[in-house]
Amino acid sequence: MADVGLFRVWVFLSSSPLLWLTVTVLVYLAALWLYTRSGGHSLVNPILLSVVGLVGVLHFTATPYPVYFEGAKFVHFLIGPATVALAVPLYAQLERLKSMWLPIGVAVVVGSTVAIVSALAIGRVLGASHTTLMSLAPKSSTLPIAMSMAEQIGGVPALAAMAVAVTGISGAMMARGLLNLLRIEDPAVRGFSVGIAAHAAGTARALQVGTVNGAFAALALALNSIATAFLIPLLVRVLRPLL
Amino acid sequence: MVHGFALLLVCQLIGEVAVQALSLPVPGPLIGMLLLFVGLLVRGGLPDEVRDAANAMLRHLMLLFIPAVTGVMMYFDRIAREWLPFMAACIVGTAITMIATALTLRWMLRVTGTARDRE
Repeated sequence: MADVGLFRVWVFLSSSPLLWLTVTVLVYLAALWLYTRSGGHSLVNPILLSVVGLVGVLHFTATPYPVYFEGAKFVHFLIGPATVALAVPLYAQLERLKSMWLPIGVAVVVGSTVAIVSALAIGRVLGASHTTLMSLAPKSSTLPIAMSMAEQIGGVPALAAMAVAVTGISGAMMARGLLNLLRIEDPAVRGFSVGIAAHAAGTARALQVGTVNGAFAALALALNSIATAFLIPLLVRVLRPLL
Repeated sequence: MVHGFALLLVCQLIGEVAVQALSLPVPGPLIGMLLLFVGLLVRGGLPDEVRDAANAMLRHLMLLFIPAVTGVMMYFDRIAREWLPFMAACIVGTAITMIATALTLRWMLRVTGTARDRE
């Protein structure tokens, strides 16, 4: 009888958005606890830990992703207002921005171009199919841009979403080591290059490192998204004979 | 705080409407962010309400990406076929991009004399 009762509770819970919303927040808190315990180590990335944990739980309970997302969408929705909120750290750096507009402009065009061309070149050399290449090209921009750009040039939006995720998490994980290796000390330069290469996941990491890092990562994220939207159609046309 | 949150939502809403109406190639929240930035410039100061709401949203930005990234579980089999070029392009490409951007910006700051290396 106890089994029947438990089953009924499970049927109720698994059809209510409350369960997966709560699980998402709890898994994140656990990942954040581990991250803090590690002293904020870049390799203990809270997004990666949470996703590994959640995929495990969903697999174990045989929960399809759409069912999970019914609950998790309430968290997902907040990406919109949070993106708008990035204007605040950006505004706080106004004085510095004014004096840096030319270096920033050049760095956006170089960074955005390198992001697209390097993804295409590496994929091509290692034998990726045309569809995969077109899904990889916009990987350093934000999720909605990457998905719509991929579709426009003959890629698969879902694959682009995956490329964006791998890019963001790996970028956030290697940022500290890579930038230390290059002896980049200015927090503005550090934040900016993470924002260009690893979009929002990198920006989230940069915000935890410091306010200047976070502000310049937010700026880079915004500018790169705009640059990608313009550069992708252009670069894909120019590079077509090689792809 | 609620006023600040309302402002964020209004900016996003205007952004989304502008993107739909003008078929812009960028996401609505990005337009909303630029809008809020310009609004703060025009106003010439950051109200506490807006700062508090923004900080509350951004403190746990990582949490917000978890549902979307968990969606990778739907595409494991696609990736399995081309995992090497896929992962290499993402990870190595990201490293190259970060290095290129950092070196370009540092060099440009030095050339234009706006570097501030020791901060």
